Amino acid sequence: MSDYRAPIDEMRFVLQEIAGLADIATLPGYEEATPDLVDAILEEAGKLAAEELAPLNQPGDIAGSQLENGVVRTPDGFAAAYRHYVDGGWNALPFDKDHGGQGLPWSLAVAVQEMWNAANMSFALCPLLNQGAVELLQAHGSPEQKERYLAKMISGQWSGTMNLTEPQAGSDVGAARTRAEPDGDRWRIRGQKIYITYGEHDMSENVIHMVLARTPDAPVGTKGLSLFLVPKLLPDAEGNPAERNDLRCVSLEHKLGIKASPTCVMSFGDSEGAIGFLIGEENRGMEYMFTMMNNARLSVGIQGVAIAERAYQQALSYARDRLQGREMGSRDPDSVPIIRHPDVRRMLMTMRAQTEAARALAYFTTASLDRAKADPDPEVRRHQSVDVLELLTPVVKAWCTDIGCEVASIGIQIHGGMGFIEETGAAQHYRDARITPIYEGTNGIQALDLIARKIMRHEGKPALRLLEEVRATQAKVGQAKGAAFSALRRGLDEAADAFEQATGWLMETFPERPQEAAAGATPYLRLTGTLAGGWLLARGALAAAEQIDDPDSDTAFLEAKIATARFYADSILPEAVAAAAAAIRGSASTLALEEDAL
Amino acid sequence: MKVLVAIKRVIDAYVKVRVKSDGSGVETQNVKMSMNPFCEIAVEEAVRMKEAGIASEVVVVSCGQQNSQETIRTALAMGADRGILVQSDAELQPLAIAKLLKGVVEKEQPELVLMGKQAVDNDFNQTGQMLSALLDWSQATFASKIEKSDGKLTVTREIDGGLETIEVALPAVVTADLRLNEPRYASLPNIMKAKKKPIDTMSAEDLGVDPSPRLSVVKVSEPPARQGGAKVGSVAELVEKLKNEAKVI
Ligand SMILES: Cc1cc2nc3c(=O)[nH]c(=O)nc-3n(C[C@H](O)[C@H](O)[C@H](O)COP(=O)(O)OP(=O)(O)OC[C@H]3O[C@@H](n4cnc5c(N)ncnc54)[C@H](O)[C@@H]3O)c2cc1C
Repeated sequence: MSDYRAPIDEMRFVLQEIAGLADIATLPGYEEATPDLVDAILEEAGKLAAEELAPLNQPGDIAGSQLENGVVRTPDGFAAAYRHYVDGGWNALPFDKDHGGQGLPWSLAVAVQEMWNAANMSFALCPLLNQGAVELLQAHGSPEQKERYLAKMISGQWSGTMNLTEPQAGSDVGAARTRAEPDGDRWRIRGQKIYITYGEHDMSENVIHMVLARTPDAPVGTKGLSLFLVPKLLPDAEGNPAERNDLRCVSLEHKLGIKASPTCVMSFGDSEGAIGFLIGEENRGMEYMFTMMNNARLSVGIQGVAIAERAYQQALSYARDRLQGREMGSRDPDSVPIIRHPDVRRMLMTMRAQTEAARALAYFTTASLDRAKADPDPEVRRHQSVDVLELLTPVVKAWCTDIGCEVASIGIQIHGGMGFIEETGAAQHYRDARITPIYEGTNGIQALDLIARKIMRHEGKPALRLLEEVRATQAKVGQAKGAAFSALRRGLDEAADAFEQATGWLMETFPERPQEAAAGATPYLRLTGTLAGGWLLARGALAAAEQIDDPDSDTAFLEAKIATARFYADSILPEAVAAAAAAIRGSASTLALEEDAL
Repeated sequence: MKVLVAIKRVIDAYVKVRVKSDGSGVETQNVKMSMNPFCEIAVEEAVRMKEAGIASEVVVVSCGQQNSQETIRTALAMGADRGILVQSDAELQPLAIAKLLKGVVEKEQPELVLMGKQAVDNDFNQTGQMLSALLDWSQATFASKIEKSDGKLTVTREIDGGLETIEVALPAVVTADLRLNEPRYASLPNIMKAKKKPIDTMSAEDLGVDPSPRLSVVKVSEPPARQGGAKVGSVAELVEKLKNEAKVI
């Protein structure tokens, strides 16, 4: 497996030019996020990722996590690396200051999170799930619960999990059957949860489970789910982990990828019932879950970006080293590195352009989280929340993770036979990437969320706002000179028209033929992502063209930004047109063949 | 005991260094720069001394361009207390740096100067020795272990073929070798605190030093590219080749 180096120049560029971190640093609470601090944080996090986490990635894949007598042992080195991560204060980066967080913007956190995931996705899942649990508690926990749990979870000393899934309740969480019965001022939890990431492990001192369960007489479906905090070790009066709760990991799943991350079958309440504490009010568990799910979905989108970056770095280094064949049109009998072959270049450019577009969209969307939270103007907060954050979150989750898989797959292709051989490491990226379109709401569910909740419920307005923004950028692209900008002009015009048509189709079809609209949801999401990615790369290219005349600028880097945007415009944006056709025309034909005839 | 640590900003150890086309030096524009790894070890040692109650204050100093401030911030994030930048846009050679450091030492009056045994850019391995001579202080180079006891340091040195343990009287200049310690990763709270720690800036004139180069670089060139290997058919052929082609036996 090749080394990983955090792409710090690129991250800094996207944060400043596309996410607008400098603006965010003017918002109340985020003043500390000045460019020099951002640089220092990226540098130091990059070191930890490259030197400590990345070397554990392949050994972790080979060893996997192991269950012995109810105890899960993570691969060698994981516990020590986690200790360094916690001691370094990294876990606290984005959380509010009241319980020991550093209160830095999410947009900065997202870049750092990309590094952990690119270095070692299995490792990074532990903090990722903990982050969701912390947010739940911050938003909905009682003052006493916050006092008891938050500081330790924010530091990472204790880790949190999310317990939604049960054998009969996957995408349909409302089918969950885990029960909760009152027992004085606490509850007894009984039931089985499956696929619980880091449900049991040896990296943190205690595991705090966030469990969805049903109280007696709760209504059916999601409206009857309540949320409980169920610690593995119940804290004593001083808040130290003490008595063992009645819950255990009964088995670990054998998986295609992320093998170092324990995926646990959890059994709650085999004997006296696991002690749980109700969070917020009864029957509002699902609503609470959603406050954190948006954020977790962005984080999973980031995993897509991270794996794509790692796969690209690995493929690029292989393409420079591997000698094979002669250069097209040359008489030189010597073998050349495969990077000279145009088809390999096409693959590398596809990987690079998709990765940059996905990163741009993920960071841009995360920045709206900061704005929706901290902007003093309520109208700006509403706009950032509804038209940007909510609209684009399912797109980041689904489109960026699809890209993660595609790019990792191309990475294997560049390695030829060696890509299929595990030792090389390219295959691991592909296997690891493959979970990301599945968990945290499958990509199919994301597409439905996009069309129904994010677009139709707001009468299509957020989609039209996005279109306006794209066209505003187009006006600037139209004035810029050079081959890259004429490619972008054309590519974006076509894609924006396609998006407009497809949105019109959606508005018309959804109320009358919802089945058909649903059949077109995934291509519609793909179209949205492809267009939004191209739009943001165009904004990046405009910023690069502006900076390039500055004698102190990194000309090679800026030229590469422009060239990559051009490739995206020429070779990838046309897919938006095809995706629009698949949504508009393909939706009826998708359902034309009867179920029995399949 | 007050400790002064001298640190240098160099091309990052992971960067593939390229020679400028005119042979005047190596390409440094838009190249990733970092703290010299041996200097990182020196900073780590000083911070450990502070944590152990041996050092009272750790001051880091770097001589170089304005952007050496970033390198100083890295040392502050590792735990140093404050920084000094001796700002100079001119090329600084070991003797000039030693003279500048001497000026800083006279101002700051530390008991111990810690530095890297050499910087990975030019591999000079001279500055520490020159500084000790200019100050007329004791020196211990290539340290792999440092212990303090009543006014003296016991230093284990890495020498050819083994280790040597010496005692030096304070004040002293000690240069760090690779095995002295393993530098820490800066923690996030310390990175944030480092922003608020003071960095004084001064110039060569302030210290009364003429830093102009005394050596001139004639030419910088790439090392010869490695030749491909060849398989030999027998031991006899190998010996023949070593004798007559490689001329090593
Ligand atoms: C490695 C791993 C880690 C996980 N970690 C956790 C965790 O920590 N906590 C947790 O609670 N869960 C976790 N999960 C569970 C995960 O979130 C679910 O697997 C996922 O939500 C899909 O549910 P399912 O597996 O039951 O698939 P199903 O819901 O059965 O879906 C099967 C297929 O049908 C489609 N489908 C289902 N319903 C619809 C619909 N209404 N409309 C359109 N298409 C539909 C899906 O898109 C999918 O393609 C994890 C899973 C794995 C594999």
